Amino acid sequence: MIGERHWRRLALGFALCAALIWLFPYAWMLLTSLKTSQELLKAPTALPAALRFSAYTEVFRVIPVGRYVGLTTLMALSIAVLQIAIALPAAYALAKLNFRLRGAAFACLMSALLLPAELRFVPIFTLFSALGLVNTLPALVLPFALSAFGTFLLRQALLSVPDSLIEAARLDGASELRIVYRLLPPILAPSLVAFFLVSFVHHWNDYFWPLVMTVDDRVRTLPLGIALLREQGSGVRWHIVMAGNTLLSLPALALFGFAQKHLLRGLGSGVG
Amino acid sequence: MLAVLGVFFVYPLLSALCTSFYDWDLLTPPRFVGFDNYRAVVASGELLASLGTTLLVSGVVVLGSLLLGLALALAVHRPGPLAALARSAVFSAYVVSWVSVGLLFLWIFDADAGVVNRALGAVGIGPVKWLTSTSVAPFTVALIVIWKVTGYAMVVFLSGLSSIPPELQEAAALDGAGPISRLLHVTLPLLRPTAAFVAVTSLIASFQLFDVVRLLTQGGPVRSTTVLVYAIYEQLFRDLRVGRASALVVVFFLVLALLTWLKLRAFRAEAAA
Repeated sequence: MIGERHWRRLALGFALCAALIWLFPYAWMLLTSLKTSQELLKAPTALPAALRFSAYTEVFRVIPVGRYVGLTTLMALSIAVLQIAIALPAAYALAKLNFRLRGAAFACLMSALLLPAELRFVPIFTLFSALGLVNTLPALVLPFALSAFGTFLLRQALLSVPDSLIEAARLDGASELRIVYRLLPPILAPSLVAFFLVSFVHHWNDYFWPLVMTVDDRVRTLPLGIALLREQGSGVRWHIVMAGNTLLSLPALALFGFAQKHLLRGLGSGVG
Repeated sequence: MLAVLGVFFVYPLLSALCTSFYDWDLLTPPRFVGFDNYRAVVASGELLASLGTTLLVSGVVVLGSLLLGLALALAVHRPGPLAALARSAVFSAYVVSWVSVGLLFLWIFDADAGVVNRALGAVGIGPVKWLTSTSVAPFTVALIVIWKVTGYAMVVFLSGLSSIPPELQEAAALDGAGPISRLLHVTLPLLRPTAAFVAVTSLIASFQLFDVVRLLTQGGPVRSTTVLVYAIYEQLFRDLRVGRASALVVVFFLVLALLTWLKLRAFRAEAAA
C-alpha cells in the first residue's frame, strides 16, 4: 500500500509546517525581547548577540507588573468563583427540580448567551457611571456573575447524575443547599474544573471589558497595561513590548501546558 | 440569579432599545428624537460600511479557519509525537490573549522592521503595507484571526473524527476504496454537521471581533477595518453619542439573534448525528 504511506508522510509534513507556523511567532517574541535597542535598530531581524534581560527590567520599571498580575488574578478568580456559585444551584434547578416554567427558564437562560459583553456594555457603562462604579473592581466582576455557558455545561453534566443519589441525600436529611454545595461538587468535579479553567483564562485574557470600564491605573489589568506599553515613549520600542508580551502570554501558555486536557473538555463541549 | 439576569442582561437590552430613540452625550439630559439615530447611521453609510467590513472579515475568517481546521484535524488525527506537537501548537493560540496575539503580529507585520517584510524584501518583494493599505488591512486582520481561532475548529473536527466508527473506514477499505475516495465518500459526509456547527460558531465569534482591530489598526486605514463592535465603541467613547451607539447595538442584537438561530439548528443537527 504505497498510497497509504505517501498520505501519511504528506499529513506529517503538513503537521510539521503547521507546528512551525504556530510556534514561530512565540519564538520571535522571545528573541526580540532579548535584544537591546541598538541591536533592534541596526538589524531588527538578526539574532540577539547575548542573553540580555534588560528589556524585562525596563518593563518592570515602567509598569507595576506585580500589581497588574495580582489584580488580574483577583478579578478572574472572583468571576470564576462567582459564576460557579451561581451556576451550581441554577443548573441543579434546571436539571433536577420539577417546577412550572422550567422550559421557559431554560430558554431565557440560553438567550442570555445571545448577549455578549460587546453588546451589553453601553447601558452597563452608563448605569455604572451613574452609580459611580466605573473604574472599580465590582465593575469588572459583577457583569459576568452569571455564566449561561457555565450553567448549561453543569446542567448537561447533572443530567447524567442519577436522581436516586439526590433522593438518598434528602432521606438522610440533607437540605437542598447542602446537596447543591456539598454533595454535587465532588460528583461534578471534571466539569467544574474544566469550566473554572475556561472562565479563568478567558477573563484573565480579556481586553475589552477592562478597557471600557477603567480610566486609570487603579484597577487596570495586565493585558491593558501591556497593550499600553506600545504607546509609551518615543517610537515603538519593540524589545520592551515583546518582553511585556512574553510576561503576558507565559501564564496562559503554562496553564495550557498543565491543563490541556481539562481546557479542551471545557471548550470542546460545544457551546463556547 | 434572576436579579443578575435582570440587571446585566435584560436591562441592558431594553435600555439600549430605549436609548436608541434619544440624542444623548452622557453630559446633558437625553432628548427624544424618534428614529433619527437609525436614520443617521444609515444615511452616513456607517451602518452599511461597518456591516460590510464585518461580513468581509468574518467571511474570510470562517472560510479560512474551517478549511484549515479541517485539513489540520485530518493531518493530526493520529498517534505520534509530531501530530501531538502540532495539535498543541495550533491550539495554544486559542488560549493566548488577543492582546498578546495583536502585539505579536503588529511587530511581525511591521512595514519596515517586521520579519515578514524583511524576509520578502530579501527575495525582492515588497514592502507590503500589511496594516496601512485599505485593500490589504482587512485581509491581514482576517489572517491573524485565522491564526488565533483555527485551533478551536481543529479541536471540534478532531472530536467529530473520533466519533466516526473505524469499522466504516475499514469496510470501505475492504471494498477497495483508496484514501482519497474514503475521505470524499465516508469521512467528509459524516463531518458535515460538525462543519456546519464550526462555521456558525466562528461566524458568531467573528461578528464580535474588537480587540484585534483596536490593537492593530484602530479601525483604519480610512475605516477599512472598522467592524461593527469597533463602530459602537467609537460612537460611545470617541464621539459620546450614546443614542447612535445604542441604535447600532440594537441592529447588532438582531444580527446575532439571526446567527444564533442558525447555530441552534446546527447544534441540533450535530447532536442528532
